[in-house]
Formats: sequence, C-alpha cells, structure tokens
Amino acid sequence: MLIFHLDPLVASWFSLLVIVALTLSFVMLGSHWLKNHIWAFAAESWVIAALSITVGAYGHYPQLYAIAGLTIVVRGLLLPRMLLRIVGDLSVEREIHSRLSAARSLVLGVALVLFSYEVAAHLGGQLGLADNIAVMALMAMFGLKLIGFLMMMLRTEAVSHILGLLLIENGIFLGSQILVPGMPLLLELVILFDLLLIVSTFGLLTRYLKTHVGSTSSRDLQRLVG
Amino acid sequence: MSGMPSPLSAITLILAAPAAVIPLSLAIARPRWAEYLNLAAALLVFVFGAPLPWRIHGRLVWGHGYLMIDPFGAWVTLCTAAVYLLASLYSIGYLRGMTGVRHILHRYYALFAAFGLTMLLAPLQNNPGLYWICVDLTTIVSAFLVGFQREPECIEAAWKYIVLVSAGLSLALLGTVLFYWGGTFTLGPAYAMTWQSLRAVAPHVAPPLLILSFLLVLIGFGTKVGLAPMHTWLPDAHSEGPAPISAMLSGALLNCAVLGLVRYLGVLEHAGLGAFPHMLLIVFGLFSLLVAALFITRQTGAKRLMAYSSVEHMGVVALGFGFGGPLGVAGALFHMLNHSLNKCLMFFGAGNMMHAYGSKDMRAMRRVGDYFPVTGTLWLAGAVAITGTPPFALFLSEFTILRAGFSTSQWWAALGLGVLLIVIFVGFLAHFRRMYYGAAPGHPPHGTVSIWQTAPMWLSLLPLLVLGLWPPHSLWTLFRHIALGIRVGGAP
Repeated sequence: MLIFHLDPLVASWFSLLVIVALTLSFVMLGSHWLKNHIWAFAAESWVIAALSITVGAYGHYPQLYAIAGLTIVVRGLLLPRMLLRIVGDLSVEREIHSRLSAARSLVLGVALVLFSYEVAAHLGGQLGLADNIAVMALMAMFGLKLIGFLMMMLRTEAVSHILGLLLIENGIFLGSQILVPGMPLLLELVILFDLLLIVSTFGLLTRYLKTHVGSTSSRDLQRLVG
Repeated sequence: MSGMPSPLSAITLILAAPAAVIPLSLAIARPRWAEYLNLAAALLVFVFGAPLPWRIHGRLVWGHGYLMIDPFGAWVTLCTAAVYLLASLYSIGYLRGMTGVRHILHRYYALFAAFGLTMLLAPLQNNPGLYWICVDLTTIVSAFLVGFQREPECIEAAWKYIVLVSAGLSLALLGTVLFYWGGTFTLGPAYAMTWQSLRAVAPHVAPPLLILSFLLVLIGFGTKVGLAPMHTWLPDAHSEGPAPISAMLSGALLNCAVLGLVRYLGVLEHAGLGAFPHMLLIVFGLFSLLVAALFITRQTGAKRLMAYSSVEHMGVVALGFGFGGPLGVAGALFHMLNHSLNKCLMFFGAGNMMHAYGSKDMRAMRRVGDYFPVTGTLWLAGAVAITGTPPFALFLSEFTILRAGFSTSQWWAALGLGVLLIVIFVGFLAHFRRMYYGAAPGHPPHGTVSIWQTAPMWLSLLPLLVLGLWPPHSLWTLFRHIALGIRVGGAP
C-alpha cells in the first residue's frame, strides 16, 4: 500500500497539499464575497489535481493522470464556471446574512479541524498508523466535511449551500487519493459525472427559487414547518 | 413457471421498459401517449418483477460483475414494481384532473419513468459505490418531480430535499470509501469493490474503522430512509410533490435506502461486530417512532400526516432489522411490502380529497364519507390498516416485529414500540374521525373522482386484506430464505 512506504519528501509534499487545501477552505469560511468562495473552490480543485498527479507518478497508478485531468476540467474549470454563472444570474454578490461574523466562523472552523485531527489521530493510532500520512488524509476528510457542514449551517444563500456540499465532496476526494488511490476508476468517473449533474440541478432549482419564490436565501424559505 | 423468460432476461426487460419510456415520451411529446407508454412499462415491470423473489434462489452476478441480484434485492424490486404500477395508474387520473400541466405532461412521465428506473437499478448494484450513485440519482430525478408544480412551496420543498439529502449522502460516501480502505490492508491497494468482497474482508479490518464507517453509512443512508433526527426533509418533500410522486417517494424509495443499510449491517455481522449496529438501529427506530407520534397527533396537513406516518413505519422497519433474527427480519421484510401498498393507498386518498376540497388542510375536509362514499371508504379502511389494526397485513408484520423484540433482551424497545404504536393509532385515527364525522364543511367539495383514481386504491387495499387474513406459507419460507442470505443475526 502506498501509505506504508512513502519517501519522507513525498509525505511532506502530500502534507503540504492537504494543508493548502484546508487553508483554502478557511478562505471560503472567512470571506463574504461569493466570487471569492468560488475561486477558492477552484484553487482547491487544482490542488487536488496536483495531488492526484503526484500519487499517480509516485505510486504507479497511471489512471490517476486521467483522474487529475478530469478533476481540472470538471472541478477546476467547469463547476466554478457554472457557479459563477449562477451567481451572475442571481445578482447576489455577497453573503449578507451569515449567522456568525467571519472571525467567529474562523475560530469555529479551527475548533472543528482540531477535533478532526483528534479523531483522525485516534483512529490512526488504533490502526497502527500513528505517524503516517493516513492521519493527514483522514483529518482532511473529516475537517473539510465539518467545515462544509458549518458553511451550510451558517450561510443562508443557496449558492453557499452548493459550495458547502462541493467542499465536502472535495474533502472526500482529496483523502481518497491518498488512502485508496487504487479505488476503481469507474467509480471516480461516475462521481465526477454525478457532481456535474447535481450542480446543474442546483443551478436550475436556484433559478426556480428566484422566479417562483422570489428569493434564494434560506431565511425566506420558511413556509414549510411542523 | 413455464413461458416466463429466464430471470436475467426478465431483469433486462424490467430495466429496458422504463428506459425506453424516457426518450419516447419526450420525442412524441403527447400527453396521452406518454401516459399509456409509462403505464405499459409499469405493467411490464410488475409482471416480470413481482415473481422475481421466488425465482432467484442464490446470488446471481452478471454484467462484468457490476450487477447482482439476490433474494433480498428481488424483494425490494417487487415492492418498487408494485408501487411503480399503482402510481402510474393513479398518475393518469390525478394529472388529468389538474389544470395547467397538460403541456408538460410528457416531461412528467419521462421523469417519472427515470425515477422508476433509478429505483429499479439501485438494488441490482453489486458495487456499493455504484449503489450510492444510484441512490444519489434517485434524489436528483425526484427533486424535479417534487418541484413539478412550480408553486413556491413545491420549489422550497424540492430545494430542502436535495440539499439535506445530498449532505446526508455525502456522509454515506465517506463511509463507503472508509469501508473500501479497510479492505486494502488485507487485499492490497486495488481490489474489486463488491458487497461480497467487503463482507469477506470485514473480519480482518480493525473494528474501530468498521464501526466508524458503519456510523457514517447509517447516518447517510438513514437520511434517505427518513430516520429521525435526519428526517426533516421528508415531510416537506412528501407533502408538496404530486400525490403519485409522494407514493413513489414513500412506498418505493425508502425501501431502496433500507436495502443499503441492511447490506452494510451484514458486513458488520460478518466481522462479529453486530451488537453495536443492532443497538443503533433500535435506538434510531425508536426515536423515529417517538418523533412521528408527536407530529402525527398535532398535524393539520393531510399529506404531511402521511409523511410522518412514513417516518413511523421506517422506524418500525429499522426496529425489525435491529431486533434481527429470523423473526425480526421476516417482520421487517413483510412490513416493507405492506407499508409500500398501504402508503400508496393513503397518498392516493389524500390526493383525491385535496383535489375535491381544494385544500391540503385536514380541517377543511369534513364529512368525507358522505360526499365520497367509495374513495372515502377506501381511504378510511387504509387509515385503519396503516395504524396496524387487524385484519390487515400491517398488523401481522408489526406483531411479528414485536414478538421478535420480546424474544431478545431488548424487550424495553419492544415495549416502547408497542406504546408508541398505540399513541399513533389514537392520534392518527382521531384525524380521520374529525374528517369523517365532524361538522359539515362551509364549502361543500366539488368535482368527481374518476375510476383511474379509485382503481389503484382498490388494488392497494385488497392485497393488504388478503395478506392479512391469509399470509401464504410460501411468503414465510421466502423470508427465511432471504434472512439466511443477508445473514442478519439477532440483537444481543
């Protein structure tokens, strides 16, 4: 398995990429401008593609080159483009009604990452992988997942909810490149396709929200209760 | 069965029929054509899908190892096929009675068939990852159907549905990846991801990893099943979509997600870690019943009442698998079919009454039995059946699950189940008492209920009565066979 015999240099490179990806998620958490969120998401996708290429080269998984290419095209270019178009169509530029200030969100985000690290380190210890890169990968998976959920909870704009979900997906994808680089190619392809489909669906639904409900903020989606 | 094609050809037909409806109905773009094409496909699916549980004896793998059917998958297919047929029949009458949708009916039926197809595909997946994709696809397709009427409430419900369920399913995806990762320690970095391989390797995986993976999968697919507290999307989606879609969501889709949970439960059982997941299922099941009981008693919307009843019944199914053993599994399987049939009946009745009274609010529906003797009687019988009253089949399945519960050391959960079922019985039927015997309404209902809208109600009720009075022996043999196949043991 790849994670068991990693060169220290490569391990540091992986760690660096994971940390960059996590940092980018904090950009999303700290900024109120939707365009910044989208750019951060795009950059994060490029980081993941870089990771795929390194894992592919180092672990001899040629199929990961294809995955990296697709990641750049789909996650790095196509999805951000679609999101920018949604934001442009809706003419919402920034998230106004965040339920917490940027500073408090960041502090909460840090707490969640620390918690993720604790869980990952504990799990790694139980599996005999205490000093392994696997702990980093698990931390990225859990951390991005929690930050994604946090974004969905704190933000009210529909586009922020989509971005929160995409962040979660990115986290899973990032971690799985390190942990299970040999995961069947077909599955990764289908997940990318699924992502495209789901963002198109979201795009269409936000447009419906705008035309039929008159708002894309979850503050105004309060008709159905009880 | 002579004259029947082989199981594999039957399954190919089952998948091809709705798949063909999608392009045909879009290309022809005539409402009548779309209606009948979809109905023909649904009939075909039912004719070939219903006998499958008795024709599949072991695991059958084909399509380069990507597709698989076992008796459990065949059972879920039977439930889906029945609901697909009933909802297709009902759609015809229901949508003809709606104004302003005629020009988009072909799109409705194309989406409807696509929804049916994704639900038929899910139980056939041999790869847990592809199963996840199928479940995700059902969400995407059905979100459009929930928002089909384009009213603000529908769009809001569709939005909440897709956001919450996608968020939940992302947890299930993480769980799936971690399950696969656990196997790489023994089987090497790249191995075929199948239910079988996950189960085979489970005893060699570190228990904390397995437990964590199962927890993620349980919360993820549990969101889709509608287990409380992850159920919050369900009342909105089930109440705002058109009535036939509500029936499909409740009667068929929930079962598809239960299938995944039970397969993962089997993986943990094989690793000798069954006790914890059984307990989790029992706790989630009981909590779902509690939440449903609270919301059912205070409900005012007719379809929301049915939606909370779905939360209740998924709780009962979770308890059945949670108690486990041959008795618990048999009760849960039987309950899946019974709930599918009964929930169709309830949503169809609610849809008819909402059309007639022009309101979703039960307080506007009064003297239902006087104005609509046929639909009214069928709906009332359905209400009696769904609260677990004899002689209908739900009584038998709930009673079986109770018996299973009392035979384990989790008798407290069985006791809780019994008490909550009684609370729900009282609360649910109180609404019906007011709707049938309350003061006459200020605005008497208008409109008639067509045969297309009552026939599916008959077709749902009669099997419930027959299965309740005379559950065929072959059914219990089948349940024992399925229980052996999925190898879900008993709770400690």
